Amino acid sequence: MAATATGIHHRSYTSELRLRATKAEYFRLGLTLALLVVVPFVLDNYWLSIVNTILIAVIGAVGLNILVGYTGQISLGQGGFLAVGAYTSAILTERYGVPVLLSVVAAVVATAAIGIFFGLPGLRLKGLYLAIATLASQVIIEFVVRRDPGGFLTEGAGYIDVARLNILGWQVERSTFEQQWYLILAIITVLAVVAARNLFRTGLGRSFMAVRDQDIAAEAIGVNLTRAKLTAFAVSSGYVGLAGALIAHYTEIVSWERFTLDVSITYLAMIIVGGLGSIAGAVYGAIFMSLLPVLIRTAAQQWGDAVPVLKDQLPAVQNALFGAVIIAFLIFEPRGLARLWQRAKDYVRYWPFRY
Amino acid sequence: MSTFLNLLAYGLADGAILALAALGFVLIYKATGVINFAQGEFLLIGAYLMYTAWVVLGLPMVVSVLVGIVAATVVGVLVERLILRPMVGEDPISIIMVTIGLAMLLKAVVQMFYGTTPRSQPAVLPTGSVSVLGATLPVNRLLVILIAAVVLTAFTLFFSRSKHGIAMRAVADDQQAAMTMGISVRRIFALSWALAAVSAFIAGVLLADLSAVDQNIAAFGLMVFPVVILGGLDSVPGTIIGGLTIGLLTQFVSGYLDPGLATVIPYVVLVLILLVKPYGLFGETRIERV
Repeated sequence: MAATATGIHHRSYTSELRLRATKAEYFRLGLTLALLVVVPFVLDNYWLSIVNTILIAVIGAVGLNILVGYTGQISLGQGGFLAVGAYTSAILTERYGVPVLLSVVAAVVATAAIGIFFGLPGLRLKGLYLAIATLASQVIIEFVVRRDPGGFLTEGAGYIDVARLNILGWQVERSTFEQQWYLILAIITVLAVVAARNLFRTGLGRSFMAVRDQDIAAEAIGVNLTRAKLTAFAVSSGYVGLAGALIAHYTEIVSWERFTLDVSITYLAMIIVGGLGSIAGAVYGAIFMSLLPVLIRTAAQQWGDAVPVLKDQLPAVQNALFGAVIIAFLIFEPRGLARLWQRAKDYVRYWPFRY
Repeated sequence: MSTFLNLLAYGLADGAILALAALGFVLIYKATGVINFAQGEFLLIGAYLMYTAWVVLGLPMVVSVLVGIVAATVVGVLVERLILRPMVGEDPISIIMVTIGLAMLLKAVVQMFYGTTPRSQPAVLPTGSVSVLGATLPVNRLLVILIAAVVLTAFTLFFSRSKHGIAMRAVADDQQAAMTMGISVRRIFALSWALAAVSAFIAGVLLADLSAVDQNIAAFGLMVFPVVILGGLDSVPGTIIGGLTIGLLTQFVSGYLDPGLATVIPYVVLVLILLVKPYGLFGETRIERV
């Protein structure tokens, strides 16, 4: 393997199969890991709580990108699937006393099962129709958790209080709440991202991409379409269920407001802005879209007096910016931040030449 | 019996508005292949355009309607030109997402100007009631049904008789062939967005007149999806049948069973239709080959 000014040239199959090709990539990986270790020591609790929400969003976005970016099956049902994960885990721990580790696993399995059910129309439908089918799943799941027929979910309270996280007797402390959660979330997120990254080096992952690129041709070369599509829904929803369960235990309360259609759209925005069909892109997108409201809020506090509309209409400004960002990325850089980063690297590598 | 007649009138009125909203959606999908998730927001924009012209600027009602129609046309054409045209040839996921982004943007812009509090405007249609077979029915709902019927008939005639309408059908059928016959496909795209915006304007104004000028109008737009899936994504008669069915279904469920259930029942129908007859009652079945 040699990295030259004209690109990366592999000289053996083993080098081509490696996860990271160049020294620079190893360096960046080291840098990222170092950053992950340093973060809890530098940030105060407010920013650490934001980092924690970002980590959960990363898991959800990676899960959605497996479905949308890699398999080409659009899903507007993210919010509903998050709800399934959150409610399953919360109900099992709170009402039935199931240990947290088991209830999280159960949440992953339950969400995967629901995902498969709502993925069934995907066997016959593509793109547009599937988008509408998953929209229906979002509306139906949202309706169920909101109306809570017979008090089956929240026993009439409308929400579920979740006890402080307790894993095999090890309890999260009040004083170091964010730090301990950071540790847990960072480990889970890194594992989830690495697993997703590796998924696309397996036959299963490659069959997902074949389905995305041209499903009928994929079937012709022996990909089992039914299996590939439903597994994609299962794997993706499993990730989303994990994210939902983490939301439940981290925020310690589960209520329907957290799982609306807007949430689905925000997650779609994450992977669009980050880059469809790129795990790194899902991570960038989750960071970007989670920081955007924080930045707007800060800006509103700073300049709210000079620009009153910023302060008075904060949610509207935020939504307008969300919409504008989605549109701008789709028109000007459909492959998202991941591609922008690639282009920036290329620019430096080829400088002073344009290409 | 009077409950039944009442629900029937309410359901048909809702259905008529839904059919108008779905008509715009189907027009865009047929001609340009775009699934427009911003259809509800077009209704919202329509209602607020009417409010702006009539209440804020104080124009006479008829003039306000005309101003609103012109403004809606401009919005439709601008959206097509600025946002959808650069997306030609992108995959469906991107195009769906761009209309979702558009929906967020449009709704947020309306909210920035007018906030979230509902606005009141004088009634467009005469209020009052008539008694039919022992039931007292509101006049404005009956008029909504009538207006929608007139507009839908006008659109149907436009497609079958006028030159532009026939050109639109040609483009929907086969873009390449239409181009070789000298039809400007770009102009047809713009025209379909403009017509969709106009039908959404009418639907938005009628809806605002029955309920209120507020953000809920956009939420009503989501109901377009059950309608078009039931009727078929690319069928104009399908929108009428689909609209009326969904409108009646929600009103009857709401009246006889549970108002809460009525909000979700269209989506349950949607999932069932997708599982059983994915291209709807009148939709064109697509057979794909490599």
